[in-house]
Amino acid sequence: MIREVLAPFVAGLLFALGLGLSQMTRPEVVRSFLAFEDPSLALVMLGAIAVHLGPTWWGLRRGRALTDRLHLPTATRLDGRLILGSVLFGAGWGLAAYCPGPALVATFAGSGQGAVLVLGLLLGMGAVNAWDAMSTSDHLPAQDLAANPE
Amino acid sequence: MNLYEPLAGGALIGLAASLLWVVSGRIAGISGIVGQLLARDADGRRWRWSFLGGLALGGALLGWLDPSRVAPLPDTDLATVLVAGVLVGVGTRLANGCTSGHGVCGIPRGSTRSGVSTGLYIGVGMLVTAWLGGAR
Repeated sequence: MIREVLAPFVAGLLFALGLGLSQMTRPEVVRSFLAFEDPSLALVMLGAIAVHLGPTWWGLRRGRALTDRLHLPTATRLDGRLILGSVLFGAGWGLAAYCPGPALVATFAGSGQGAVLVLGLLLGMGAVNAWDAMSTSDHLPAQDLAANPE
Repeated sequence: MNLYEPLAGGALIGLAASLLWVVSGRIAGISGIVGQLLARDADGRRWRWSFLGGLALGGALLGWLDPSRVAPLPDTDLATVLVAGVLVGVGTRLANGCTSGHGVCGIPRGSTRSGVSTGLYIGVGMLVTAWLGGAR
């Protein structure tokens, strides 16, 4: 209950409020950061990393979380898939200034533009999932989850 | 330029990621959470739906308290936004992470993949923004 419902729910709630407070949910602000006009948004990632650094290493040293093992990514190689994906993501981010979290939060807050971006996001993700499911190569999705392992 | 809000917002995001990691051993990567829910055969659905539920409540609260914080991009047609969404969806799925999974979670862990990915998507994002004519 705590592991699968309570902690993730509260984490999602805090995450959304953090995105809103930081203005990441306003694509105009994100765009002015990407255009070198307002560097303050760099503080969002720096602040998040500064807070998350200690707990990250506490968990890694301990070898497990409080209620479960650590679910860590298994991929370690810098491959073409990572490079191509990062470039495509950057292109989409530059085009409309929404990354996935802010787009979802904006949608839940009632933004039609955010909802259109999320529609595209789901289509794009579904296409890659379908491609991976069809592919019989060594790219088994379950083994290649870098940042979000299973 | 307001420095307090990005810093406090970032700290709140870091707190959220830390809670999920310390209690449940999971990485707060938004694209992975959504992408894995779309892949029907994946396990670990319950915590992902719970996280999205919290995200939805937070978004609804935000829209209720201060809708100006989700103000859309002006002068941008919906076709462009849809194309951007597809690029973000395909890209984050291929790269196995986005700003949260690679940036907020991967970098503190010292992941080379996350560092390279974050440098690339921010760099390409800046190039495309410049190509569009900057902030306008």
